[in-house]
Amino acid sequence: MKRNPFPLVMLVLVLTFLYLPIAVLATNSFNLSRFGGTWEGFTFKWYGQLINDSQVWSAFGNSLCIAAGATLASCLFGTTAALALHKWNSRLQNVHYGLIYTPLVIPEILMGISLLLTFTAIGMDCGLHTILLAHTTFCVSYVTMTVLARLQDFDDSLIEAARDLGANAWISFLRVQFPLLLPGIISGGLLAFTLSIDDFVITFFVAGPGSSTLPLKVYSMIKHSPKLPVINCLSTVMLLLTFMLVLASRAFQNIKQPKTLRGA
Amino acid sequence: MSAPSMVWLTVFFVIPTLLVIAISFHAASPDGGIGTEWTFDTWRHISNPNYPAIIWRTLWISAATTAGCVVLALPCAFAIARMQKKWRAVMAGVIMLPFWTSFVVRVFAWRLLLHPEGFLKHLLFALGVVEPNTQLLYNSGAILLVSIYSFLPFAIMPIYAAAEKFDFSLLEAARDLGARSFLAFRKIFIPGIRRGVISATLMVFIPSVGSYVIPDLVGGKNSELVGNKIYQRTFPDRNLPHASALSALMAIGVLVPLGLVALLLKRQDSKEALRLAESNVSKQRGGAV
Repeated sequence: MKRNPFPLVMLVLVLTFLYLPIAVLATNSFNLSRFGGTWEGFTFKWYGQLINDSQVWSAFGNSLCIAAGATLASCLFGTTAALALHKWNSRLQNVHYGLIYTPLVIPEILMGISLLLTFTAIGMDCGLHTILLAHTTFCVSYVTMTVLARLQDFDDSLIEAARDLGANAWISFLRVQFPLLLPGIISGGLLAFTLSIDDFVITFFVAGPGSSTLPLKVYSMIKHSPKLPVINCLSTVMLLLTFMLVLASRAFQNIKQPKTLRGA
Repeated sequence: MSAPSMVWLTVFFVIPTLLVIAISFHAASPDGGIGTEWTFDTWRHISNPNYPAIIWRTLWISAATTAGCVVLALPCAFAIARMQKKWRAVMAGVIMLPFWTSFVVRVFAWRLLLHPEGFLKHLLFALGVVEPNTQLLYNSGAILLVSIYSFLPFAIMPIYAAAEKFDFSLLEAARDLGARSFLAFRKIFIPGIRRGVISATLMVFIPSVGSYVIPDLVGGKNSELVGNKIYQRTFPDRNLPHASALSALMAIGVLVPLGLVALLLKRQDSKEALRLAESNVSKQRGGAV
């Protein structure tokens, strides 16, 4: 039967719609023209200005530190959460799942303002440490979901085999389950790192004066600085960084688990 | 083992959420803090003439964004689900990739495109679609366009997940019986993947209601949404109870549809389970006879 070409045509149009703005942005970062309406010649001039902007570098440093901290903490909480959710099927775990799931669906601005109010209520000054606490909170859910997906493919009889061969619970976790889960944890960690590096709304609410991250820097440049082409460059660099992190995360997600016991 | 995550999320998610509700029943103190007495005043102010217009605008833009995303997502999900397995995984990755990139960067890209000196303006002018002084930025239309752009992957993914499980031979059967392809798409495919459509609706509607960056960067003074108002009350005005009340209102706007859908799906599940059980019983009876 002849297939209707309409869905495929729509898909191509939608992909163009999704990627055209990004492509125009990246192209314009090499454009001599200030507003990018027309092509006026190739240049690295704007990248030069970006590299010499010390505020961008300090924001970049902040972003890296926060992302690294939030990734480590959320990997720890996320992995234990996923193990608990996988192992038990109780009322407590239903509540637990709800706690993990809800931050994924509520609007970011709600998490931002509620954390800001909490920090204000307990008299904590906002700064890099409050950003770190906030980022850890939303990253936990993403890591949990990624590790949980990996656990669903996990063959629990491998643990039983290890126990039968004399390993205690801790050893069988450390030597059997953990190495097999590790790609899932790394994949979730890379996503957490990406989300933390790119987050704007929550960071914006809990940052307090003086502490900036890359997205906050981009935002303040958009709002206050007339240097449009330099924002293009910074944006392009951030897009590339994200693409690489997400591709790495997917590569780890796709590492196969051995299915020896189940297969036999 | 569930202790670390549960304690963390209770401290940094549950308690803060409850705090928002509690603070909305206080008044602002003159120094920008929170008054100690409990009061309904803040909620009474919410009904002043300014807010309903903003709430209404937020709702209609969110509804329109949702409709736009679902309509665009349906054919895309259909096309991806009909591809070979290898290509399906690649396409799912390609669709989701923009989602992981920085939101501010993506919205900024549109600001650049829609700029009076920007690419799209030049293009549309050359095609004779717009007048030289048409303003593409800073209005509700720009918010709608950029919202659809930003949330489209959220609509495609759940619909695609449902479409992947759809039995496409049903469509062929419908066409063999004389249905034109669009009729088969509408009458067989869409009902078959309705769960995907429902979750797509939620996944787009919820972040649209909570939108802040989009109206802030491409919207104008006359197209403020609830998100802008929350920001304005929190920082420039420093009226935290007001910001809390608006946030609580937004939370209701998000949680009510979420709860309704959960209830609807549960009822449907039990109905389907019942039907399945009945058919099993009748089969067994049939076997006994």
